Amino acid sequence: MTGGSENRSRRGPLLVLPAAAYLVVFFVLPLVLVLVISFVERGRAGGVRTPLVPTIAYYIRLFDPLYIGIFLKSVRIALLVTGVCVLTGYPLGVFIGRAPARVRSSLMMLVMIPFWTNFLVRTYAMKQLLAAEGGVNGLLLGIGLIQEPLSLIFNEFSVVLGLVYGYLPFAVLPMYASIEKFDLSLMEAASDLGANLRRAFLRIMLPLTLPGVVAAVVLVFVPVVGAFITPDIMGGGKVEMIGTLINRQFGVARNWPFGSAMSLALMLMVVVGVIYYFRTADEGARPL
Amino acid sequence: MRNSARAPSTGLALRLGKAGLAVNALGIFAFLYVPILILIVFSFNDTRTVARMTGLSLQWYEKLFVNRDLLAAARNSLIIALTSTLVATVMGTLTALGMDRFHFRLRKTFDTVLYLPIVIPEIVMGISLLLFFNLAFFPVIQLISGASLSLGLWTILIGHIAFNIPFVYVIVRARLVGFDRTLEEAARDLGADEWRTFWRVTFPLLLPGILGGALMAFTLSLDDFLVTVFTAGTASPTMPLYIYSLVRRGVTPEINALSTVLLLASMGLIVLSLAAQRRE
Amino acid sequence: MSGGIAVELRGATKVFGEVTALKAVSLEIRDGEFFSLLGPSGCGKTTSLRLIAGFELPTEGEVLIGGQPMGVTPAFQRPVNTVFQNYALFPHLTVFENVAFGLQMRHVPKSEIGKHVSDALDMVRLPGLEKRRPKQLSGGQQQRVALARALVNRPKVLLLDEPLGALDLKLRKAMQLELKSLQDRVGITFIYVTHDQEEALTMSDRIAVMNYGLVLQVGTPHEIYERPASRFVADFIGETNLIAGEVASLTTEAIEVKLPGGDRIKAPLIPRAVVGQAVTLAVRPERVRLEPDLSVAGFNRLEAEVFEVVFNGATTSILLHLPDGQVLIVRQPTVGTMRTAPPEKGQRVRLGWPVEASSLFMEKSEAQAVLA
Repeated sequence: MTGGSENRSRRGPLLVLPAAAYLVVFFVLPLVLVLVISFVERGRAGGVRTPLVPTIAYYIRLFDPLYIGIFLKSVRIALLVTGVCVLTGYPLGVFIGRAPARVRSSLMMLVMIPFWTNFLVRTYAMKQLLAAEGGVNGLLLGIGLIQEPLSLIFNEFSVVLGLVYGYLPFAVLPMYASIEKFDLSLMEAASDLGANLRRAFLRIMLPLTLPGVVAAVVLVFVPVVGAFITPDIMGGGKVEMIGTLINRQFGVARNWPFGSAMSLALMLMVVVGVIYYFRTADEGARPL
Repeated sequence: MRNSARAPSTGLALRLGKAGLAVNALGIFAFLYVPILILIVFSFNDTRTVARMTGLSLQWYEKLFVNRDLLAAARNSLIIALTSTLVATVMGTLTALGMDRFHFRLRKTFDTVLYLPIVIPEIVMGISLLLFFNLAFFPVIQLISGASLSLGLWTILIGHIAFNIPFVYVIVRARLVGFDRTLEEAARDLGADEWRTFWRVTFPLLLPGILGGALMAFTLSLDDFLVTVFTAGTASPTMPLYIYSLVRRGVTPEINALSTVLLLASMGLIVLSLAAQRRE
Repeated sequence: MSGGIAVELRGATKVFGEVTALKAVSLEIRDGEFFSLLGPSGCGKTTSLRLIAGFELPTEGEVLIGGQPMGVTPAFQRPVNTVFQNYALFPHLTVFENVAFGLQMRHVPKSEIGKHVSDALDMVRLPGLEKRRPKQLSGGQQQRVALARALVNRPKVLLLDEPLGALDLKLRKAMQLELKSLQDRVGITFIYVTHDQEEALTMSDRIAVMNYGLVLQVGTPHEIYERPASRFVADFIGETNLIAGEVASLTTEAIEVKLPGGDRIKAPLIPRAVVGQAVTLAVRPERVRLEPDLSVAGFNRLEAEVFEVVFNGATTSILLHLPDGQVLIVRQPTVGTMRTAPPEKGQRVRLGWPVEASSLFMEKSEAQAVLA
């Protein structure tokens, strides 16, 4: 284990104290507050009613078919986006893994460069392609394929596309990490023992690269299910997801308790992914 | 190939598979980069549309440089990014060192707390800070000192530091896991005390990791939208907030030009970090 | 032994980009044989194995197994199994599941798999470890599991790619004998790739010595050792003295070689020898005797000066300078048959060897010398 020095164990806590204190105050406490606020009544003009009045009305309201519908839609969209990212990202990881060593890092860099650029800018790049006054329509109108601009944006399709566009690198990175560690000679051994490509993949390669795939699923699903920017920009208010709903409660609707209840519901939904994230790999070796 | 043909189906399957991989890869790279390339191209358009290129012009870039609001937002973003990076890097590095080298009670718990901001949905973190400032922090400060505070650049900063610390921690911690302890032992064997061992052996070797973490924090802070939007109040916005307000309204070459500048800035940072990595 | 041909390579050539790993190689490996492909790294031995296994297809030429041309038949349909250099055990499967893998691929009924697996593990003397994972096993154990995994499928031919390379010396020697006796018992054809010539000599029925993508010589260990076909083979197998000289005269029975120092020795006849040609004489250190019996005919005799005596345990090496400065090594048993004590440094001694114990090769450029 790396923590070798049996130094006076007062050192450790001392080094860690500043960050610990900071995060407890500015991270843990706020989250606790969300929990608390979800159980109190809203003030008449927004905020909370003082003195605090406990209630579970907002949680009950969550079970209204309208909100259940939005939650389900968000899950559906998130699953779709995760599925696309994994199903296209895994073969990409295999492709890069099979490339000669010098080329591999360049290819991965190409995948990661979008990851490092501003998310809003990237989402906008998608928007300017799909908008009525944008590139795709411009092209199609220009070559006379259509007479009127197609409505490609402000629908679920554009939201899904925008989310895939934004989160694909998040999926490729952990899957590639697993694939790269995979010993290809095991595939030869499987072939030597009578397995065709499909069986060798399903029984040998997939199980051994599964950690990467699961990490990819968690790293895409969790942010996407609670996404706000993409459904807001690409959906234009017409595609309501959990993220946009929560934003509304803290914006125009000024219903903080309801928004808090929603946030808690969202967190509960992704807690499974969060727990998995901690279980996999030991400390310090996680696939960020 | 002069080979007696036999069982072509399986050889074919393999070749199809390989071709499929290449096609998929090509498709993904096109998907990732075509929108960006079109974005850049249309930023040089000489008319106000992003549907057709009518000619070349730098007018949109010129407009950027005289846009007061934009420049203010850029300045805010830079100040916040630099400050939060500095603070988070120091705290994150100290924490990584503490966690890696010492065992103490609550260590596991704290490790969990450190990872939470990375996995929590960003919007939840944002609204939690909104609630915190309005319902807890400000009232308490008012109670103590009578000062009435409101959301502003400094609350944005507090939020940025909060999500930056874990990222720096994770990156530096990963570096520490693979760290060769025998180097430190060699230094001590040659007479260096703990302090000097740290400064002359541990720290220089850790530096690439620390810089990597700092770079990550800097980028995250510059790019952040969700936490910022809930902690900014009505103060002057940061760059992402400003872009958001523009993007919501529509699609214009001005946004293209601004986006291109930001893209080039990010690429510049990447190149810098790679160059730094290559030197190690 | 049925006397049939288990595996045949006919004019097999394999090109990788700019590198030609195999150049029109032809080999016949007989049923039930323990056949080794021996040579230094890069000689083409592993490539040959992979062509037989089906992991690569020949650029030109043919691979035949049991008389059937393999064509483009992929590896998973060929009746051969491989023991890999790094064992390639599936880390996520238990020992049992690893060994059972090939049987499962062929849809052997579950009820029978158990018996086959335990038989195979017994055969490699590794019973009782079925539930372990590969990483819980030692290197030697992993090696046996890899062997069992291949053998359980009763392939016609077993291919082994330097399987003992990762083991320490003692274990390696023990495994060599075990593999040999295993092959005797099971009767399967073994094709064994190695760069260790001692290993090949110990285990094989026949050996193919390879270099630069070519087969230089095929023969029994004895033939290869006593009658190397080229200077490379002579030098690669065992230890040998290489002495440079020039053809002085020819008769129908022997060649007289003149050494730079003026001595003349006799060597076996080689075709196309010409007076004045540069040649290399090879003679094994154990065939050179000190103070030989002067009455025996057919013996070359020389004088040389001892400059080093090295104790090798069971044998002792005596290093000498010939008059022209070339080095000669004599190896003799340390105790027993010697009538006198080993000589001392600086001592001048007489030595000799029987003509038929030496080989003669024409001296050419380095690359050509390989092909000679």
